Formats: sequence, structure tokens, C-alpha cells
Amino acid sequence: MKNTYLIKYVFLLLFVFSAATVFAQKGVITGKIVDEANQPLPGATVTVKGTQQGAGTDVNGNYRLTGVSGTVTLQVTFVGYQAIDKVVNVSGNVTVNFNLVPTANDLNEVVVIGYGTEKKKDLTGSIATVTAKDFNQGAITTPEQLIQGKVAGVSITSNSGAPGAGSTITIRGGASINGGNDPLIVIDGLPLSPDAINGAANPLDLINPNDIASFSILKDASASAIYGNRASNGVIIITTKKGAAGKPVINFSTQLSAGTLPKEAPVLSPSQFRDYVNTYGTAAQKAIMGTANTDWQKQIFQTAVSTDNNLSVSGTAGKFLPYRVSIGYTDQNGILKTTDMQRYSTNLNLSPSFFTNHLKVNFNFIGSQTNNRFANNQNGIISDAVNFDPTQPVTSSNALYKPYGGYFQWTDPSAQDGLKSNTPLNPVALLEQTNDKSKAYRGIASLNLDYKFHFFPDLHANVNLGYDESKSNGSTTIPTDAASNYLQPGAANGSLNSGSYSPYNAEQQNKLFEGYFSYSKDVKSIKSHFDAVAGYSIQDFKNIASNGLFPFISGGSTVYSNSEFTDGLVNTTATNNYNSYEYLINEFILTSFYGRFNYNYDERFYLTGSVRSDNSTKFAPGTRTGTFPSGAFAWKISNEDFLKNNPVLSNLKLRLEYGVTGNQEGIGDYDYLAQYSLSTSTAQYAFGSTNYQLYRPGAYFPGRTWETTDAANIGLDYGFLNERITGSIDYYYNKTKNMLATIGQSALTNFGNQITGNVGSMENKGLEFNINANIITTKNIGWTANFNVSFNSNKVLKLTSVAELTGISGGTGNYVNVDEVGYARNSFNVYQQVYGTNGKPIDGVFVDRNGDGTITSADRYNDHSPDPKQIFGFSSDFRYQKWFIGFVTRANLGNYVYNNVASATGIQRNILNPIGNLNNGSSDVLVSGLTGNGSNDLLSDYYIQNGSFLRMDNAHLGYNFGSVFKGAGDLKITANVQNVFIITDYKGVDPEITYTGNGGLAGVDNNYYPRPRTYVLGLNLSLK
Amino acid sequence: MKKFSTKVLLLTGLLITSGLISCDKNKIITPNYEVTSEQVYSTFSGYTQTMAKVYGAFALTGNQGPAGSGDIQGIDEGTSDFFRLLFYAQELPTDEAVLAWGDPGVPDFHNMNWSSSNVILLGLYERCLYQITLCNEFIRESTPALLSSRGITGNNATVVGQYVAEARFLRAYQYANLMDLFARPPFATDATAVGSSIPPQTTRTALFSYIESELKAIDPLMVAPMKNQYGRADQAAVWALLARIYLNAEVYTGTARYTDAITYSSKVINAGYSLISNYDNLFLADNNKNTTENIFSIEYDGNTIQGYGGTTFMTHAPIGGSMPASFYGISGGWAGLRTTSALVNLFPADTVTSLKGNESHFPNLGNPDTRAEFWSNGQSLAITDVTSFTQGYAVNKWRNVTSTGAQGSNINFADVDEPLFRLSEQYLIYAEAVLRGGSGGSNAQAVTYINNIRERAYGGVAGDIASTDLTLQFILDERARELYWEGFRRTDLIRYGYFTTSTYLWPLKGGVANGTSVGDFRNIYPIPDQDRAVNPNLTQNPGY
Repeated sequence: MKNTYLIKYVFLLLFVFSAATVFAQKGVITGKIVDEANQPLPGATVTVKGTQQGAGTDVNGNYRLTGVSGTVTLQVTFVGYQAIDKVVNVSGNVTVNFNLVPTANDLNEVVVIGYGTEKKKDLTGSIATVTAKDFNQGAITTPEQLIQGKVAGVSITSNSGAPGAGSTITIRGGASINGGNDPLIVIDGLPLSPDAINGAANPLDLINPNDIASFSILKDASASAIYGNRASNGVIIITTKKGAAGKPVINFSTQLSAGTLPKEAPVLSPSQFRDYVNTYGTAAQKAIMGTANTDWQKQIFQTAVSTDNNLSVSGTAGKFLPYRVSIGYTDQNGILKTTDMQRYSTNLNLSPSFFTNHLKVNFNFIGSQTNNRFANNQNGIISDAVNFDPTQPVTSSNALYKPYGGYFQWTDPSAQDGLKSNTPLNPVALLEQTNDKSKAYRGIASLNLDYKFHFFPDLHANVNLGYDESKSNGSTTIPTDAASNYLQPGAANGSLNSGSYSPYNAEQQNKLFEGYFSYSKDVKSIKSHFDAVAGYSIQDFKNIASNGLFPFISGGSTVYSNSEFTDGLVNTTATNNYNSYEYLINEFILTSFYGRFNYNYDERFYLTGSVRSDNSTKFAPGTRTGTFPSGAFAWKISNEDFLKNNPVLSNLKLRLEYGVTGNQEGIGDYDYLAQYSLSTSTAQYAFGSTNYQLYRPGAYFPGRTWETTDAANIGLDYGFLNERITGSIDYYYNKTKNMLATIGQSALTNFGNQITGNVGSMENKGLEFNINANIITTKNIGWTANFNVSFNSNKVLKLTSVAELTGISGGTGNYVNVDEVGYARNSFNVYQQVYGTNGKPIDGVFVDRNGDGTITSADRYNDHSPDPKQIFGFSSDFRYQKWFIGFVTRANLGNYVYNNVASATGIQRNILNPIGNLNNGSSDVLVSGLTGNGSNDLLSDYYIQNGSFLRMDNAHLGYNFGSVFKGAGDLKITANVQNVFIITDYKGVDPEITYTGNGGLAGVDNNYYPRPRTYVLGLNLSLK
Repeated sequence: MKKFSTKVLLLTGLLITSGLISCDKNKIITPNYEVTSEQVYSTFSGYTQTMAKVYGAFALTGNQGPAGSGDIQGIDEGTSDFFRLLFYAQELPTDEAVLAWGDPGVPDFHNMNWSSSNVILLGLYERCLYQITLCNEFIRESTPALLSSRGITGNNATVVGQYVAEARFLRAYQYANLMDLFARPPFATDATAVGSSIPPQTTRTALFSYIESELKAIDPLMVAPMKNQYGRADQAAVWALLARIYLNAEVYTGTARYTDAITYSSKVINAGYSLISNYDNLFLADNNKNTTENIFSIEYDGNTIQGYGGTTFMTHAPIGGSMPASFYGISGGWAGLRTTSALVNLFPADTVTSLKGNESHFPNLGNPDTRAEFWSNGQSLAITDVTSFTQGYAVNKWRNVTSTGAQGSNINFADVDEPLFRLSEQYLIYAEAVLRGGSGGSNAQAVTYINNIRERAYGGVAGDIASTDLTLQFILDERARELYWEGFRRTDLIRYGYFTTSTYLWPLKGGVANGTSVGDFRNIYPIPDQDRAVNPNLTQNPGY
């Protein structure tokens, strides 16, 4: 069936096109279209206004239009450039050339808004868009880094410098405590699952940034409410590149980059360390110092050379099938030795139209394979390197270290495994003796059908089908001579094993079916335009995981053998694995109805309303369905008579917006059910001599539902000098109600003393401002600049009890972040340090704030929060003839950091460790002189440090050769530096730390993988 | 072409409709890795595995050994273990133990300045109440009517009936701990459904009556002494707990019950128990064999019952300094716990001062009283700095090796079981109750019982006492010698009026070098703030 229709269709098209050529014997218009730098613009479209006639430009920017006669208006359009009309009197052959000027902010630009598009000038919500031409440059491996620093109110903090590591994206401060603060991400109409799978560094790193055409960021609720109970943290809509008109264009880009460690964590040098131990240490401690001078951080970090290569072909096949195919290969090495990521990716886009554009089809496939090698517990390795005694060698021929592969370790001959317990392990050994590898695959396929009714063209029917599947498998292999797994208990018979092999699998499926009708109508008589959307969607998310642990069997005399690991040593038989494979399947289904209505009167007054009703299986029947309405009003003041044709002010629009959104993350898929879970084999209990695995009743969450955020926004969009200066200013107030937070449950009432329930409320309010300027736009010189700033203030309004967020390093059970009513989320809760007259902290002396004569936890106070109070982004690009230069900088102000590296290591008790070894420590110890012997020392406000910073993310210089190969290609060469510099008073390595916390640590600096400084050389060649 | 578009429309319509049909708004998706309560309680083995959790909540901190899926949230999982926290609360504020670490809440015990936000007390409180919650649930699900409706009959029903009696015992045991530690905990039984209401606060007197009546009610339902499976409580455990609360009844209710203490300790003593021959074997990896002396123990196993509390804590925390880890069957110590000179000085002097060449005298350095299991090499007796491990003698009493010297099954996790009740304590209860005026016993019998204990300790009659030696002070000291670090000391000092007062000062009491008295309100721990924040029925104990 399908095939015969296709053939018929092809014949039809051939007929239509041949018919068109029959007329073409009147006049011929030819010409060349160039950009502001006089470079040809391939792929621009020239049309004769009011007719169907048109042509595209070839690789040299030339076009040819035939069969035109009389006086016609030619219009040239090209994405990212201002359209130009020219009136031409055609008699015979004429030549008409066009010089296009780019527009940074074209009001006619079409913006993807979710279930449809809207022209930028008609938007009523607070929506930011960033298209390919404004993306950040350089060695960018994950999509979100393309827009870092570009959008007011959107904070993108990379989680670490590890290859492929993701970022924490926070829009307007985030809406929750435990419900998650990550925005919903939609790719080509398919909302993604919020969860990463085991074995992939982050869910977005499976997508090649080079395939992305644009981002739309729905910041306020009037825009995002159409996404209902997943929209509280904003929505990011990513659209991938589509096929272009005309002959195939081949684009090839390649990058070579070198990443370096910008700064080591400040620790004592070997000589400072010796002085310190000799000054303060006991005779025994002095005696265990070694003779080496090892910079452990240098030992684990490297200069990482990486490449990124992309090839794409885009064009239209057989006149009716626009296509784009791309392949990409990225090999990113980490600056932490052994870590790397290789990604093979492909993207296929087909966007044919049928029935004279009545049926538009868009098929998109994104496929990738990522091979990762992680450093298992990489933060632990970095901590160990910061912490390790610099007087000890990396390896030694001493027989003592032979069982551990020759790596130096802290030993204790009386211990069975010969290792001194609770001492750090040699970080180089940890890196090199662990092989933590994974392969992750992802395929995202989406098919969008847009049918315009034949006899009622104002009405469209749309069907979206989407399927997203990720699969990964990985394993951690530790050889038998690795100290980390040396002589571990193995089988139940009590034998000891060394090394281990622990494989895991994970799989995630996300299926979408969606259908909606859209209606659009211009009623000229009453100067009105209406459009409406109504639809239904069902989406099913499934997550499947399994893992296992197999100790190597090294019984009898081979226990101490130092043999190289081979697969042959792995015993995967059932009798010897003590942690059998588990399969965990988590699934939830979301069914939704949604609708939106837009009205504008005379392009002066705009009204938008939307509503979505979601039904989520994450909640008990009865509390499943929620309704999320929104409304917005906009007044385009610049279209009023008194401002129309104003020579200075080209755009002025006032927006008022209000909406309700929801959030259902951060909770289990089945928690509302009364469930029993079985304990692991290491958590059994015996009656007589029989072991039983235990059935534990799970905590119970009846009545729990999503949290909701009421968001109000007032904004002003402006444009001056024919849109050469544009921007907007927005004030928002978001209040989260029924906030999901983890709080105490009264004892004896439940099987958990804490539950994550709808217990609180929180507000975010703030101001956003951005300005874009095309300062100079001439043939030879171009200069653009973008500046944005956002102010956000977060406050917990209601919480039934103070939630303490645990887990800092040093000691057990210490917490430094609290959520408390009246304070910002994740505020630091600490003791107030007393300082001596010399300005140094007095060891163990704190202010008795409540004056009861003793220092207890009641004396702790909330001192600052990790949230930045102001976030700035500033970028600029400058062009002189064929040279171009640009940079992107960002600054966060008012964010505080708990310097856990200093608090856990920069104390005498850590360096002269009572456990019997020596550790290096933060050089802060020389300044503070703290001993760390007091029980409250870790929680001193001395360690709460101002983390404000200014960072230049990127600086680049390039040369545009323009036409090469006799006009067959275009060549551009760029040199980049990423993470150029950072200006900060912060005393640790890098103060830019994830601050939303999602119910855990926030703003705590504890030796995460440092962000590299990367030098990049790139080449871009396009061929026609 | 029109035909085609119609088909497209039809297809579209069909897809939309099929989408609609597949949407069942009330669909319940069930997890594959958990089971519903109906499934669990549909079989006898399900009952056994749930009962195993009721018991296992003593030993384990969660569903994944050693840690990772904790029962109690919001606090470090290692800080939610029953025996470790009981040890902290019962031993750290006394003369028996100091701990080097500055973990939150720990130093408050030495300084005797704990507050209602102390996280250790929160953990202990939550653990005791969590186990009670599990008991309540098990009892609710095990009524005869429910059992028969689920097809559990015959011998299986009888065993579940025994489980129910044992669950009631465990609940009574944990309420007894709460009565001793917090005096006025919230109170709920199986009569209150989960999540139905916020529990009321009880009083110490009411709780005493409840525990007493519960224990008496289940007495006939329990398996006879020494006849139950190892790891499960029997009738003697019920009697032993009764004897213990009667001994302390005057503290709890103001009414002395020494006669009852004699009655019930005698019942235990006469049930057929006897002391094992070697005191040093009491806390070793194979102490599950000590069934003649140990009445009821918490089980641990290096491979199958793993955690960072319990005897793993007891075998690791006191090891540091020059102590060879291999002597203790572990990979390395945690360099934390020691004892003060007050405990060491209750024993005679060691006959061996250095272990070098005298390894055969391990673990007690040739002390005539073999219970003096101290490590003094490289340790000073006096303590000026609690955080320094080498100040104060370490304790060798718990070791992850068997009585034949073999390493436990796992060098990281101990096999040692922790007896909650053992015969020695019952002898001491008997003797003290007699001295305090209880009837039904005799002084002579008391002396005999004490000498039973001492003859085992001295390996002969060298340490025997005469009737004139038997004073209340002697019994308190003997309890310290026999039961040190087993979780009794705070209760004992309170019963003697020593805990907070200046009558008895020990080094570092109240955080002062020579000791100081503290407010009497510290005889009772505060109700944790966290629970008061969510349970409006709870009022704070006086003084906090």
C-alpha cells in the first residue's frame, strides 16, 4: 500500500515540476546573494511575491529565476538574516544582487513554544530562544553548554570536569526542595525522562550538540503550563537541525583540543609538610615520613587531548524530500588520568511534504553510542590525592608493597590484608587498578505528522509518535592485587578474595503518543487573529536496572598472588557470587489533555490561555489528576499609532502572565502502595541455623500528590533602532505550594521516620534583564554584544520541621545545609567562630549565641546560602573583514561555599592523624592553625566562604577564508580557549558548585572533578 | 489523492482512539522488586521472613548489609543501630567508656550536656520505636482470623502464634528501654492502625504497668526456656526482663518491687542455665555456642548480618594505637573507645605489664580477675584528652575470633553475637534485690551466686567473698566488673543515685578532669526535638 502511494506521489510531483518548467520562457533574473561580510550565502530563498515562483541560491550564492515578466517584487529570506524586498522591472535578462544583514533578534523569527510555534513578535510568555548562530563555541560535548551564560534567569552549572559530565540547569532558582529542580527537556516534541541511566554520565551527553538547531526556554508558567505537572522548573525545548532546500551541502568540522588542570587544590608542599610534621608531630610521626617528594595531584591529572569530528549532508532529494544526515565522532579524554568518553553519533532528519503541503511529515532519528571509562569514585580519588602524604613515593620496590602491585600504601603488618584501616589509599593505584567501563546506546525516534485539512485549511491535525530508548552495560573490574579490594570476604564459606568484577545493565524506555488539533484564523474584518490547540498525549516511562558483584576466586596459596588480572579469573557461577543480579523495573505513565487559545487584536492586544490536565500513575488513584491553567495578556505598545513608525523605538511590548504548574519528580514510582521489600543477602537474620532474607514494610505515602507552583510575571520587551538593540526585562514571583520535601514523620505512625510529602511552601522572586546590541553592522566591521543579569531570592515559607541535609566529609553524620522557614533553601547552619586579635580563628572557640553558657547545637545559626543572588552573563563578538574574535563571560555574586576540603583536611588532626598515618592537608592550616580536635570544628562559619566569581568561559579568534576550492567550499578556522580565567576570592579550587542540592548537598566543595582549561583548534569546511 | 487523505485521517483517528483506550486512569502499576502486603502474608514463609525483620531490626540498620538502604532516614545509617546507640547512651556518660570521635552528639555524653537535638539520642529513640512499629504491624497481621482466612493452619499457625508472643516480648523490651532512657515516649500498640492517628504520650508509671502486664500475659505463650530456636526469645527472656524492670521499679514508679525481682531472677536461674567456664569466651565469634549462659542475644554474622553497629562496632571501635588488628580478627581498628581509670581500678593490678613475649596472657595481662580485659601497652591510664586514643586503657572484651583462635568469617564485620540477657546479670539482680530488702531470697544464696561469678573470673576460689563483703557498693562494683560495656552502667548509677550527683565522681564526669555533678534532670534523656516537631502530643521531659 504504502509503496504504491509513494510512487504515485513521486509521479505527481514530477508532473507538477515539469509543468512549472513549461511556462518558463519569459525573462530571466539572475543574481548573487551575499552576507554582511560579502561572503556568498548558499541556501537563501528568493521568491517572487504573490506567486509560487522561487529559487534557492547555490554554493556561490547565485540564483536564477526564469519565467518572470513585468514588474515584480523579489523577496530574499534566509534564517538569521533580515528579509529584503526589491522591486524589479523584468525585461529580458536582468541581474539583481542582494546584500543581507543579519538580525540578532528578528521579530519574525519563529519560536518553538510546545505543541506549536509562534512568531517572536506575537509571544505573550517569557520565552528565551537561542539559535545555532549564537551558540557557545569550542570543545562542547553536551548540549546544555551551548547556551551557558546566554539566557537571563537560566543558570547552567557543569557538575564536574569529567568527560561528558552533565550540568545542573536551574531556571529562576528552581521550584522545590526534594521534588527536583531540573527543567523538563523536550527534544523534537518528545519530553525526555528526567533520570539518567547507570553507565551514562548524563542523559543529554548522548546527544551531539552539533545536531541542535535551537533552544527555546519557557521560563514562566504561562508558557510552560501547557506541560502541566512537569513544568514547575521551566521547560527547555530542543529542536534539531532539518534538511535545507536545494542541492546537498556538506559540512565538515573538526576540532582538536587539549585540556589542562587550571589549578591544584592548595595543599602543603613536601617541604612545608616536613616542616609542619617536624614542628608539631610526635617522634613516631616524624619517623614515618618518607623521603620522596610527590605531587599527588600532578600524578593523577594529565593534559588531555581530545578530538571532535562532525560530518553532515543536508539538502533536498528529488525536490520533495528535505533531508539532513550527520555523523559525529568525539573522543574526549579527561584530565583525570584514565577517564575518557568516546561518542559515535548520527542524526537523520527527513521532512517531506505531501499533497501540496497539506501533509507535512517530520521524521527524526538521533542515535549514539558512548563508550565511557569512569574513574570509580572519582571524587574519592581526588580527595585521596589532595590528602596523601607528599613524602611517600607512588611506587616502591619494597617487598611490603608487592601484594598491592608495587604501589605505596599505608600498611599494618598485623592486619590480615596488611593495610592500615581508615587511611587513604594510594590515589594513583586507585586510578590504575580500577577499570570502570560502560557502553551506552541511545536512540530517539520521533515522527510528527501535520495534516492541513483539504477543505478547511485553517485546521491542522497533528500526530506525534516518539520513542526514546537508552541502554547501557558496564562493569567495574578490580584486579587481585588492588589494595582497594585486597582480601575481601567472598563466598559465604568465609574464604577471602581479592579483586572483583561487578557488571550492571540498565535500560530506559520512553514512549510517546500524542494527537492534537490546531486551528488558526485571521479575521481581517475585525482585525483579529485566533489560534487554538487541543490535544491528548500518553507517555510511558520505564527504567530497568540490574547489577551484580562477583569476587575473584583466589583461594588457597593464590590468595597472595600478584598475577595480572585476566577474565579467566572471574568466577561468575552462582555459588560464588554473593550479591546476585537484581532486576529493578520502574515505570510510570502520564496521560494528559491540553489546550491553548491565542487571540490578538490588531497586533496590539494579545490574550493567551492554556490548560493541561495530567493523570500520573506516580500517585494513588484519587489524587492522580491535576489541572494546570495559565493566562497571559500582552500589549504591543509600539503598534499603537503614537509609536508606530517611531524612528528610535522599534518594539515595545508589555506582558502580564500568570500560571500554575506542577512537579512530580524526586519521589518513587510506587511509593503510594503498601509494599514489602526483601533485604539483600548481607542483611539477613537467622532462626536456628537458617538464614532468612527479611521482608521490610515500606514507608507509606497515602495522599501524596505533585507540588504546584503559582507563577506571576510582568515583562517588557523592547527594541530600538530597527531592532539593533533589543532585550527584555522581567519581574517574577513564583510560589511553590504543596512542596515536596522530606520531613519527619511522628514515630510509631509509619514505617519510615521521614517521608517525602507535600509539606511546605517556598518562594522565588527575581528580576531579569537582558540586552542584545548589534553595535556595528557594516560590510567590514561587525560588533555584537549580549548582556544579561538575573537577581533571584529564594525563601522557604513553610516546612513542618527543619530539614537537615546530611553528608559532609569528616566525622560521621555531620550536616551543614538546612532548610528552614524564613531562610533560603540549603542555608548553611554553622557555629560562629571566635577570632583572636591577630585575626586568626581561635581553636575550638565559638560564640555562645543563645547565651546559655555552653556551646550546643542550639548555638548554630544560618549563615548565608549557596544560591547566587545575582547571575551575570556577558558575551561579545567582533568581526573585522575575515577575522572574528569573541568571548563569553559569566559571573555569580553572593553565592557562598562551604570549603569542605579545608575543613576536613586543613587541620592538625588530619595531618598528624591519630590513627597512625600522616595525611597532607589544605595549606589553609598554615593560616588558621586549627587543630580540628573539637567536635564542632567542622561546622565553623570560618569555612563558609564567599564564592562570588567572574569566569571567562570562552574566548575565540577565527579567520574566515570564505570561498575555497574555486568556490566549491567555505573554510573557517577557529582557535578557542575554554575556562579562560576565573576571578574569585574563594580559597579553594573552584567556587562554582551546584547549589540547588535537590535535597542533598548544596554549595559544598569537596574535591569534585575540576573543570579543565581547554585549548581548541577547529576547522569548518562546507562543500556544495 | 482524496482517498489517501481520508485514509490518513482515519489512521490518525484510529491512533488517537487507541491511545485513549489504553489510558486507564486508575491503573496500578506494581513494581517487580517489591511485593504487596497481601502477597507477603499469604504464606507461612512470608510470615517467617517478616518476623525475621522484626528480630533483624535489632542487628541491622536497613535492608542492605552493611549499609545503603536504612530503616531510619535523615541520620547517618551507622547512627541508627540499636546496640551501638544503646552503648553510647548507657556507657559514654559513665565511668566505663570514652570515645575519641567528634561525631555529632558524641562529645555531649562525656560532657553530660546533651540537648534535645542530640542526634544519637534521636537515632536510639527512633530505632526502639521503629522496632515497636514492626512488632505492632506483625501482630496486627497475625490474628487467628487473618491466619485462617489466609490458609495458615495447623503447626504453621502454632508457630505464627509463638511469633506473635515473641513480637509482644520484643515490643515490651523496647518499651522497657524507652522507659529507662526517655521515661515518657509516645505509645501505640497493634490496636492502632498505621498512619491513623498521632500517638499519645505515655507516663513512666503507665508504661511500667503496661510492660509488666504484657510480659505476664505472654509468659505462658512463650516457648519454654532453652527450647526455642537460637536467635529467638523464650520464656526465660520474659522472666529476665521482668527481673530487670522490677530491680529498677523504684526509679521508674517510686514503688520498690525487689521481691518480684527475686521471684523472676530465681525463675531464670532455676531454669537450667549455667555459666560457661571461661569469661574470655563470652564475646567471641563463636559465642552463639554459649547457650547455657546467654538467655537471649542479638545475632550478627560477618557475611549474612552486616552493619556498622552492634558487635562490628564493639570489635572495631576499641582497637587502635599499638593493638594488632589480627588479635581481634579484624582488618583494622577504628581507634575510638577506651575506658577510664575508675573501671580499671576496680580490678586487681595486672601481673604482666607488657605484652611483649607474654602474648599468652592476652587478653587480660595475667590479671587474677580474668575479666580485666584491658590493653595498656602504649596507653596511659589517665585521660586528659578524650580525643587522643592512647589516653585510657583499651578494652579487649569483644574480639572477632573464635574460642579456638580462628578468624571470624569476615575481617570487616563481626560474627560475635550480643547477649541482651545472660545469667550473670540475673545472679546480680538476685543479690541486689535481697540486699535491698526483697523477700523470697537469702543472703547466703546471694553470696553463692556472686561467688559463682567470681570463681569463673578467678579460675578458682581465690576471689570468693564472704557474706560480710556483700554490700550494695560491692554489688555495683561487681556489676561493673562483670557487665562492663554491656549497656547497663547508666541505669545502675541512676539506681544508686550516683549518675548526676557529687556522691560519686569519676574522671571527666560532666567534662571536668576530676568530675563534677550535673543537674538531676539528666537522669532522664530528653524527647528528641525532631519527634516533638511532628507530634504535638509530646511534652518535653523536665529540665530540657
